[in-house]
Amino acid sequence: MSFLPFAVAAWLFVAGLYGVVSSRNLIRTILSLTVVQSATYVLLLGVGYRHGGRAPIFADIPQVSTAVDPVVQVLVLVDIVVEATVTALLLALAVQAHKRFGSLDPNDLRTLRD
Amino acid sequence: MNRTGRLIMFGISAVALAAVLVKGFAGLPHFGDYTGVYGTVINGIGVTERHATDLVTALNFDLRAFDTLGEEFILFASILGVVLILRELREEREHPHQEEAEEHSFAGASAAWRALALGLIPAMIVLGGYIVLHGALTPGGGFQGGVILAAGPLAVFLAGRYLRMKVVAPQPLVEAGESIGALGYALIGLGGLIFAGVFFKNFLPLGTPGHLLSAGQMPLASIAVGLEVSGAFLVGWTEFLDQAMVIKEQG
Repeated sequence: MSFLPFAVAAWLFVAGLYGVVSSRNLIRTILSLTVVQSATYVLLLGVGYRHGGRAPIFADIPQVSTAVDPVVQVLVLVDIVVEATVTALLLALAVQAHKRFGSLDPNDLRTLRD
Repeated sequence: MNRTGRLIMFGISAVALAAVLVKGFAGLPHFGDYTGVYGTVINGIGVTERHATDLVTALNFDLRAFDTLGEEFILFASILGVVLILRELREEREHPHQEEAEEHSFAGASAAWRALALGLIPAMIVLGGYIVLHGALTPGGGFQGGVILAAGPLAVFLAGRYLRMKVVAPQPLVEAGESIGALGYALIGLGGLIFAGVFFKNFLPLGTPGHLLSAGQMPLASIAVGLEVSGAFLVGWTEFLDQAMVIKEQG
């Protein structure tokens, strides 16, 4: 099963999307979106993995050790920061939507065009 | 579109996506058969050329420092957005001295839990500071340590004393921390431009790999980012908690 991590990433992506589509609550929608984003972490780390590779931190291993790709790890770090900011913004919008419409159900937000 | 319609659309798209994914997986290199050149080069020369033992930090605060500048301003701008969205609206009023905010009891905030939370504050700040400062040596850096630093004052809220959190982490202080951190990181880039001729080129002495004061600009960049991240998270959390506990609709 050498493609298992990629399959896990795809599964997380689709499961998260299903959560977004089927959601009846904005908080659940936002949490589902974070599941979608976590698929990218698994994918990136899976792409950078090398058989027998160790963490690219040479504090206590010899400099010639085989290590996994540090670039994708940096990208995951960026990804996590972006996810945190996106989640914060969306949650703030959900707070104001609840104040305005008295509900967190996406179907109740139809009066937005007023 | 109603919920059933959405689910049907999703079902059709999911089948199409599955077909594309199966085709894509068939063409992927096997998991573990890594052939990337960039990562291999960095693993080979990172320690000797950049004098950092944590190559993730070396990439973040040196080789890809310019990208981190963008990442940092994404965080800055989005927290600005949160503050704007959650501002005091016309029909709202802040009641900072409300009894429930002062003595808001978090579910199960017993005396023992409060004592534990108080003990957590210095522990979190020490751990966060350690992670920030050792970013170039061991796993960690400004982003990770900054979040841990911000979690220290949050322990006051967990102890059921929300308004005291604003005493431990006063709003002007965390906002200043966020701004100074963002500015400081940009100034490090300018330092590279002035002293080395290239924006974000490492212009400080590289030192001995493995020592605390090594890897040139990385510890400084780590401190700047740590300040910014901890400030940004505290500003964001305070805004959300204000919504729940301080701002009440009038009438």
